[in-house]
Amino acid sequence: MPIVTEYDTIAAISTPPGEGAISIVRLSGDQAVEIAESVFRGPNLLKVASHTIHYGHIIEPQTKKEIDEVMVSVMRAPKTFTREDVVEINCHGGIVPTNKILQLLLATGARMAEPGEFTKRAFLNGRIDLTQAESVMDLIRAKTDRAMQVALDQLDGNLHHLIHELRAEISQVLVQVEVNIDYPEYDEEEITAKMLREKAIMVQQRIDQLLATAQQGKILREGLATAIIGRPNVGKSSLLNYLLHEDKAIVTDVAGTTRDVLEEYVNVQGVPLKLIDTAGIHETEDKVEKIGVARSRKALSQADLIVLVLNASEPITEEDRSLIEETKAQKRLVILNKTDLPQKISPADLAALGVKESPIFASIKNQSGLSSIEQQIKVLFFGGIENSQQNVLVSNNRQIGLLQQAKASLVSVVNGLDAQVPIDLVQIDMTACWEKLGEITGENVPDELITQLFSQFCLGK
Amino acid sequence: MEVKQYDSYEYDVIVVGAGHAGSEAALAAARMGQKTLLLTINLDMVAFMPCNPSVGGPAKGIVVREVDALGGQMAKNIDATYIQMRMLNTGKGPAVRALRAQADKADYHAVMKDTIENEPNLTLRQGLVNELIVEEQICKGVITATGARYYAKSVVLTAGTSSRGKIIIGELTYSSGPNNSLPSIKLSENLEANGFKLRRFKTGTPPRVDGNTIDYDQTEEQPGDTKPNHFSFETPDTAYLKDQLSCWMTYTNETTHRIIRENLSRAPMFSGIIEGVGPRYCPSIEDKVVRFADKPRHQLFLEPEGRHTEEYYVGDFSTSMPEEIQLKMLHSVAGLQHAELMRPGYAIEYDIIEPWQLKHSLETKVVANLFTAGQMNGTSGYEEAAGQGIIAGINAGLRAQGKPAFTLGRDEAYIGVMIDDLVTKGTNEPYRLLTSRAEYRLILRHDNADLRLTEKGHELGLISEARYQNYLNKKSLIEQEMTRLNETRIKPTPQTQAYLADRHVTPLKDGILASELLKRPEIKYDDIIALCGDSSAPIDRYIKEQVEIQIKYAGYINKEKQSVEKLKRLEAKKIPQNIDYQAINGLATEARQKLTKIQPETIAQASRISGVNPADLAILSVYIEQGRIAKVS
Repeated sequence: MPIVTEYDTIAAISTPPGEGAISIVRLSGDQAVEIAESVFRGPNLLKVASHTIHYGHIIEPQTKKEIDEVMVSVMRAPKTFTREDVVEINCHGGIVPTNKILQLLLATGARMAEPGEFTKRAFLNGRIDLTQAESVMDLIRAKTDRAMQVALDQLDGNLHHLIHELRAEISQVLVQVEVNIDYPEYDEEEITAKMLREKAIMVQQRIDQLLATAQQGKILREGLATAIIGRPNVGKSSLLNYLLHEDKAIVTDVAGTTRDVLEEYVNVQGVPLKLIDTAGIHETEDKVEKIGVARSRKALSQADLIVLVLNASEPITEEDRSLIEETKAQKRLVILNKTDLPQKISPADLAALGVKESPIFASIKNQSGLSSIEQQIKVLFFGGIENSQQNVLVSNNRQIGLLQQAKASLVSVVNGLDAQVPIDLVQIDMTACWEKLGEITGENVPDELITQLFSQFCLGK
Repeated sequence: MEVKQYDSYEYDVIVVGAGHAGSEAALAAARMGQKTLLLTINLDMVAFMPCNPSVGGPAKGIVVREVDALGGQMAKNIDATYIQMRMLNTGKGPAVRALRAQADKADYHAVMKDTIENEPNLTLRQGLVNELIVEEQICKGVITATGARYYAKSVVLTAGTSSRGKIIIGELTYSSGPNNSLPSIKLSENLEANGFKLRRFKTGTPPRVDGNTIDYDQTEEQPGDTKPNHFSFETPDTAYLKDQLSCWMTYTNETTHRIIRENLSRAPMFSGIIEGVGPRYCPSIEDKVVRFADKPRHQLFLEPEGRHTEEYYVGDFSTSMPEEIQLKMLHSVAGLQHAELMRPGYAIEYDIIEPWQLKHSLETKVVANLFTAGQMNGTSGYEEAAGQGIIAGINAGLRAQGKPAFTLGRDEAYIGVMIDDLVTKGTNEPYRLLTSRAEYRLILRHDNADLRLTEKGHELGLISEARYQNYLNKKSLIEQEMTRLNETRIKPTPQTQAYLADRHVTPLKDGILASELLKRPEIKYDDIIALCGDSSAPIDRYIKEQVEIQIKYAGYINKEKQSVEKLKRLEAKKIPQNIDYQAINGLATEARQKLTKIQPETIAQASRISGVNPADLAILSVYIEQGRIAKVS
């Protein structure tokens, strides 16, 4: 069956990724307002006037969990950039909440926009002129070239393999159902509701496992958001400078954004780190500064890795204590710096404050202990990844969105079976799941099922 | 000696071939008021069934009803001549239920011939067409072997397996059409000369045996249904045949398989005599034994060929083994140990026109005013042929009147699915319709074929006024009853709760809309009537069925309707004719080649071509839009 993508509602983050004050997630298409409304708590977006902006919250529909505080603009066709219905969700900066919102939209029916797709639609709907269209063509072409590269990527290779297996599991059932329909008099085994349910649940579990790897996969692609924190003058800058040393700087392509922005990362023993600026974290009375601090604290709470630097030559202060307390739930490296000076903090002092990690002794100034820091970052990072199944990682929002849609179809399969819907109808959802998975890997072979039908079963007339 | 040609009559439409495609094409054109000539190699083979004596089955049965809703003949013809009727897949959902009939083969032919003979505007004549009259790539008529030049505004070819047909039985091969009829040799050559690309396909048929020599005790009986059903929406239940003939089921066994394996060197499929591509879904028994070596047995169906003959068709035993081996194979099967062979099975090779050379109207892209239909377009099956035949006949009739073409979409009919598959993808083997080929099978049901297509048939002038009024009446009764159930609330009265408890259904908590209650799996329409009372309108079983299906499966039906909406928007994006794909920068090479070859009519059709990926479609859309803007400015 052809995959018709032309009139999907598309979504993407339309601001450069990073820690800007605000990020915008944009939706365009027939379902834009409905999809936004389904994850929004605030005024009913279906009823608001066009070209208005509304305050509210993005909510995870199942758990009702609040994701972010947002401003949502609703712009109805045709007076929009794409001449379709457009919704823009202004959320707080930071890749984690922004991605989370995008993923929710993808799970509720939007499709990840291709590079240049908003512009392409604008053109096809007569919004922009001929010269602009040329650049759209370039973008579409560039996308295919890049897709080739991606296909070569070993990481994706593993994912493809796994998806391929899942699809094979599903198509086995689909083909059997088809045989039962088209050749009712043949003594082929009749697929039962029980068999279909077992298969649906099995595939769903494996999709869940895959989705669980999503966070790590994203880290691998986008870098481990790392915050180096500590009081002033404990050695943060020295550590930062060391990590930013020229031969460690790498350039990577951030997937999942409409603009192909290049960002700098540091590479520590093969682990990509994205450093978060948290210089502003200290107690302050200044009102203006307070806002900045609050924002930094938020970024801190969303970091994947905390590097907490303590000055071992001074006793633990109140500020140290609050930093220790604040980051205790996160993946953390505790560094006792300035070991070249007389020691005022012992591991026992830290343990007394509830620090479970063994501290790393270092004198960054004298370049001692640095390899232990690097080693520890690597262990923390790969330790998690190696536990995940066969190193398969789902790493971008498009894949995550499609997996969630595939999963939703499986939920419909089970619900249908519970309601005693005939198997050949339930199969519609099973087929939808199979197609969604096919979109992940780009497998879209016409008559794929029919070919399998004839190779697997002995059929006549 | 050269045959001297002469100018014969002029017609609006000429149809060549009177099989299942040709019969429908000729009747449709004639019923549209066009003066029509139907030529056939042999008058005694009008609507002849050279293979299995049956009509319908999954997907195919739906096509028969679609042909009926468009005003075609196949459904009425089988309703008049069946010897057994069965509804298949009754345990499954409404979308896949399928009606199948065993035909009285001789009657089927005779009744169709009679219908054609008595159709006003239609002339039936025996004649072998050797040549098309083509001027400047426009078809003007045909020339027969006896020298007659017939002129027409449009021509439909339905040559079937006669085109350079070759029968193969073991080492024996000879030039022949189906069942030892005269083959058509020169027409194929003429088509090639006119620029058509042809290819060889192969199909086959099993042996026939004498029913007096079958030991039925060793087989399983398959009787017809007692509950009445017919193909045509116009045949009443009261016409249902009580005295039906049974089919009989038996199996091959290890001995049969051993005989086949030991003689594979003499099987044309393996010895290299057959070069045509055979269908995967209708393999010869030798093919099955080789490809599915671990299957200990294969089902066989013994089907009576008619009421006034003892001939039995040995279904699923298609073979082109030498006659000597066929006999041994037959005699190894339970029930057939003493069976007398009446006709040996054979394979037949024939020419087809590569179907990507056709438009959705079934007019060829190579020669204008020329239409082709049926097995000639690479399909297999009487129903597939009839479905194309009626479309080709309608379009030939419309062309003769200078009117625009009539086509059916993938969301409108299995016929639409089939034709779109053929013209978009071509086919590498004889094409058979399967339910899995349809994306929207819950919409394309056999029970709603009339609701889908009667309107169109009426517009074309193929549906009588009386029948049209009946259809409108049925449609409005369905709507009224749906509205009633959507507005009637069933309250949890003691009577209601007791009724539900009797049937082990969870009792009601609150009042519930009748339509909502009907959505529960264990509740049927009759239960709803028992609880909320009868409609004042006359609700027959067909209306009941529609109301029940449309309410019960509304969720699934709506899902399909949503994807149909998306499809329709893509279908609306037309690709200009004669677009030069070489001039479009950035198309992948494979996409460029395929698009050039197939010349899709819409972006939707382009999206179904294998090898044309979404990036190519995006580039194509942008290119077309550029062209549009350039023209405007």
